[in-house]
Amino acid sequence: MTRSRTKLTQARIVLGIAVLAFATFSVLVPDFLSAGNVSRLLQNVSILGILAMGMALSIIGRGIDLSMVASMAVSVAWMLAEMNAGASFAHAFGLALVFSIAVGVINGVLIAYVEIPPIFATLAMGTAIYGFGRVFLLASDVNYLPDDWQWLNMIATAAPLGIPVSVLCFAAVCGLAHLFLRGTREGRYIHMMGDNPQAARITGVPIRPMIVGQYVLTSLVALVAGLLMAALVATMNTRIVGSTYVYDIILVAVLGGISLSGGRGGAGSVIVGTLLIGILLNGMTMMNLGYTTQNVIKALILLAALTIDSLVNPRDEQTSQQGDI
Amino acid sequence: MKIITKLVAAAALCIAGVAGPAGAQDASPSSGFYNALKGKKIGFVPIAMGFNETQAWRTAMERQAAALGYEIIVRDPNWSIEAGIQAINSLIEEKPDLLIIENIDNRSYNRMVQKSIAAGILTVQTQQRSEIPSDAYMGPDWNEMGRNAVEGMVQACGKESGKNGKVAIIQGALTAPASLLQMAGIDEALKDHPEITVVSNQAADWDATKAYQIATTVLQQNPDICGIVGFWDVADAGIASAVKEANLQGKVAVITSGSGARESACDKIAAGDFSYYTSYNTAGQGRDLNAIIRTLLQTMPEPGSKPFDLVSPLIRINKDNMTPSSCWSLEELAQIGG
Repeated sequence: MTRSRTKLTQARIVLGIAVLAFATFSVLVPDFLSAGNVSRLLQNVSILGILAMGMALSIIGRGIDLSMVASMAVSVAWMLAEMNAGASFAHAFGLALVFSIAVGVINGVLIAYVEIPPIFATLAMGTAIYGFGRVFLLASDVNYLPDDWQWLNMIATAAPLGIPVSVLCFAAVCGLAHLFLRGTREGRYIHMMGDNPQAARITGVPIRPMIVGQYVLTSLVALVAGLLMAALVATMNTRIVGSTYVYDIILVAVLGGISLSGGRGGAGSVIVGTLLIGILLNGMTMMNLGYTTQNVIKALILLAALTIDSLVNPRDEQTSQQGDI
Repeated sequence: MKIITKLVAAAALCIAGVAGPAGAQDASPSSGFYNALKGKKIGFVPIAMGFNETQAWRTAMERQAAALGYEIIVRDPNWSIEAGIQAINSLIEEKPDLLIIENIDNRSYNRMVQKSIAAGILTVQTQQRSEIPSDAYMGPDWNEMGRNAVEGMVQACGKESGKNGKVAIIQGALTAPASLLQMAGIDEALKDHPEITVVSNQAADWDATKAYQIATTVLQQNPDICGIVGFWDVADAGIASAVKEANLQGKVAVITSGSGARESACDKIAAGDFSYYTSYNTAGQGRDLNAIIRTLLQTMPEPGSKPFDLVSPLIRINKDNMTPSSCWSLEELAQIGG
């Protein structure tokens, strides 16, 4: 928390690059600036943004949740499977909710009480969740939204006042996270824990229960993202667990200035990181650049952002001593 | 040893041949058919269990195995090449009579296929053809799948449709042979159709959410587009969602392909999500696999000596020609499959 408001923080550097990318695409790509495209651009990264916000909640408290994608996929796929088997929405949703909370509690207990480092605890949990789901809960990888529930798809693809529902969800999640982190005692505790756990404990922060709470929150945000994803494309394919999606999520969070050593950043960082990725993906797809070319450009711009940050904000005593994770 | 086994087999065949005409009044299959299959062990290493194709094959194969009294051992590597190689290795150690390998691409399992054949195991490859011949290959001709997609494009957007001929292609994973070969088939067939212009060609990594995102961007940029071609129905549900969201259902054709499972194919064709569907009919593939098993275990060729292909016949489905039997479900397969 040593960076002053006027300083060129990582979030501001990334915002600058985002503005630059936006301006470049506006010149290069016809129609890029149209209102419709800007709303599509936001819509396409909303789910990623929501997940990154959930991840940020863990990372700010000096944790990380690698089981997030598994938790999202399995809880929502189970919900769809139950709906297909004839369960009511409330029943199916209730099961998914209980599942998400249980995952968060187990993660939290493993990290806070058993004292397994978060990266290992959640890595193992991710595999365990997927395995448990595939063995006990789900008959197949791909689960479809039943016909009777297509109205969920209608809601998810609606755009009241021209703003897509997924963008509204992203805004709501970020707004709530911001209020939580800045406006509540627990939110400030998370920052304190991330900044210096020992000091936080001495000053009376109930560290262990807070850690459990933090992972439950992350898991619940994953459920929100999963519901939106399933409603948007009318399916949930649990194969996503084996993809590199979780790294995209961490990247978006870290890009905007959520330090992996904890204690830094907030909802604004996630929004900025999400915007940059969204602009890049949208612009390059409109230019019809190839998949590999897109990945290379994306990676180079991300490295540039991190390099500029490293030059402008050299590592301080604390981070150089404890490392990033 | 091999020679002795062969001689014994040949002698047995001679005796059967001599004995044949005597029992000619009896038209039921020879006991040789049942004996050839009874008590046999068949190993099956899919890419992963839990999706349409592999579940359908397994259901069909297990139905026949139960009826004829042999065993199917399934080892699920869950999309991992390393785990797949381990699974094949351990199966080779267990010496099954026949080993069915679903190739993850056209290369990764080549050495394992050779090893299995060298170990004297009848070896079958499915879905993805590799350059290494084994006893049989069963799967679609991906190039034909691509040419077929162009047929769908021409129907929806060609000269006679009166449309502008603008299409977008959303591929699978760029490095997957299934995607590469389909794209090659599309490029080849498009040479005869200069009226079709590809305005965007992207890859969605077989993922519905990515396909949705690319499709929304493409539709935003080209609202007058005539059709979008996808490479796998499960992912292309995302394209259908994007088209619906843009209120362009019925105006923008969605051309896709896949296993022909009712949920992912016919239900979506009926709902107007997909306009043209090429099915390699996994139910039929299950029957093909069973036929390969019956044939190889009866004829027992020297492993790898007489390779043959069973290319899956394709079914073209649209709203007009669709019948209740155009697609299949696992429940039906458990009852009538294979």
